[in-house]
Amino acid sequence: MRQGEILLAGLLALFSLYLMYKSTELPIGYISGKGPGGGFWPFWLSLGMLLSCAAISYNWWRGRSPAAVSEEALMDAFGWRTVALVGGGVVAFVALIPSISMYGAICLFMIYYLRFLGRHSWLLALTIAVLLPIALFFFFEGAMYISMPQGLPFMQPFFDIMYDIIY
Amino acid sequence: MEVFSLIADGVLTAVQPVNLMLIVIGVTVGLFIGAMPGLGSVNGVAILLPVTFLVPPTGAIIFLAAIYYGAMYGGAISSVALGIPGASTAVATTFDGRPLALQGRASLALVTAALASFVGGTVATVFFSLFAPLLADVALSFGPPEIFALMLLAFATFVGLGGDDIPKTIFSICFGLVLAAVGFDTISGEPRLVLFDIQGFLRGIGFIVLAIGVYGIGEMLWTIEQTRGEVTTTNPKITVKGLASDTKEAVQRGWKGTWIGSILGFFVGVLPAAGATPGSLMAYGVAKMTSRTPEEFGRGSPDGVAAPEAANNSASTGSMLPMLTLGIPGSPTTAILLGGMVMWGLTPGPRLFIDESEFVWGLIGSFYISNLVAVLINLAFIPLFIWMLRMPFTILAPLIFVLSIVGGFAASRSMHDLWLIVIFGIAAFFMRKFDYPLAPAVLAIVLGPIAEPTLRQSLLLSSGDPMVFFTRPIAAPIMIIAIVLILLPALKLLRRKRHVAAG
Repeated sequence: MRQGEILLAGLLALFSLYLMYKSTELPIGYISGKGPGGGFWPFWLSLGMLLSCAAISYNWWRGRSPAAVSEEALMDAFGWRTVALVGGGVVAFVALIPSISMYGAICLFMIYYLRFLGRHSWLLALTIAVLLPIALFFFFEGAMYISMPQGLPFMQPFFDIMYDIIY
Repeated sequence: MEVFSLIADGVLTAVQPVNLMLIVIGVTVGLFIGAMPGLGSVNGVAILLPVTFLVPPTGAIIFLAAIYYGAMYGGAISSVALGIPGASTAVATTFDGRPLALQGRASLALVTAALASFVGGTVATVFFSLFAPLLADVALSFGPPEIFALMLLAFATFVGLGGDDIPKTIFSICFGLVLAAVGFDTISGEPRLVLFDIQGFLRGIGFIVLAIGVYGIGEMLWTIEQTRGEVTTTNPKITVKGLASDTKEAVQRGWKGTWIGSILGFFVGVLPAAGATPGSLMAYGVAKMTSRTPEEFGRGSPDGVAAPEAANNSASTGSMLPMLTLGIPGSPTTAILLGGMVMWGLTPGPRLFIDESEFVWGLIGSFYISNLVAVLINLAFIPLFIWMLRMPFTILAPLIFVLSIVGGFAASRSMHDLWLIVIFGIAAFFMRKFDYPLAPAVLAIVLGPIAEPTLRQSLLLSSGDPMVFFTRPIAAPIMIIAIVLILLPALKLLRRKRHVAAG
């Protein structure tokens, strides 16, 4: 935790510097007759972020924050594995949307989570994985007129059937 | 006395069978739309606007106002049951609503939210009925320096009252404000902070993207990692007796927050461009500041649920005031309502109360009825929302992930934003591990688009002289309170050091 705290503060300080640099693409000072320039607000706030990182580092050096004095590991093997499996599942879910549509991706994600991570029965996993996208389709496309990504052309026949039902 | 007879006429208009039916449907639809992460009153009102051409203007605005009310109640459900604030107005509700749900006291949180919302809405309607024209004048006297001072006060409540690490809190606030500046500079119209030259950033970063990333993905990952998948939510029970005792407890332990939220929320809501989000945040801050047990806040205090919920309902009603009396919308939803009124052939402004008095008082009457209907429908649906929490966590967790992603897309319609949600979620998880408070960032991204233009306009007005904030009679005291609150942690530290040195 101790190393992680200073590493994170360092990364955030670098990001703050990048934001300061990007802010200077617009004027950061006062322009007579026009008021503060477009970069004024983000520049000074990014500087505020950088100074906060400096204060966080100072507190770390003085051992004032709980993480700065902790000798524990950030996460144990089980924690890393859990986060990788769950977080990885969410990343894969979003990555699949452009190819197999939002509803297709929901179906696969639910099967993955319920069956493989949650260890539920195939019957329950498949029931939820099929019914949830259908219910969401009726809610978003039918009731709210919000169109979700439909994926590659091979997904179109599914959408044609569903649109026939709602229209 | 004339006001009372006008209100009575208005209530009679609202309880006509057609209007009453519209209220019931509107509130129910609004409740479910509000409970869905990513969707809020603005979606419900915008989508159902065309439907209102089927009924006369009075019925139409009553219907839309009922959706607005229902969605305000619904926002709390998502905050408590899923831990994701469905709308920016419900962010502060998450602070204590979620801990209560995790302690198995979700019904107490939901009952408190419903009752506080009811009181907030009703108090605001009474204020609205009695002081509408007078308050419209006060609201007009709020220029950019006053609004900026108010925004600073909202942030100051976090720095001064939060028990969190101060540098990390300040980092979080600045980070949220910078994210709000991504996209275009609204004053010069030039592209700004197009990060890594990715064109998707030209669209800016919406509040909902950060909120869903932080709460829907980051918090969920954190919960799963901390509890090793075995979430410790004690099984919430729903019995009539249990609900009755929760109601009693909500009244006993949430009354103070409710009153603070009801009164403060209305006055903040009335101000053009302020609205329900700063209102709910300030109400939370003031409730914590004046509480005898401030340490309970953030750990499941009913007052912490009641204050923001009363405030956001109260502010919603308050924000209708500048819309009706001045033609200035206080929030995106009231902007759509305003558009609707223009479409129906009505002209909002000072003459509306005289020229269309039946319409205006019918609407005000409907506020009373909508509130009553909303609290009854909300209480009736609490068992359903509690049932959701009784699901095994291995079913609830993927549902929350799915609702986060679907809701995130519904709000922005962009894959770029979905990836941002994931990135924010993962970043939030690691920042949470190192005790960075993220709620200030979420609130900052909401308030940033109000704070920046008002600061720049104020400095333009004064030719760059920051004393503009200290020489105006309304801005100066707000500014001083904000600065004192910001300096409070440093003063406390100094006092503690002196105490140690002396002792």
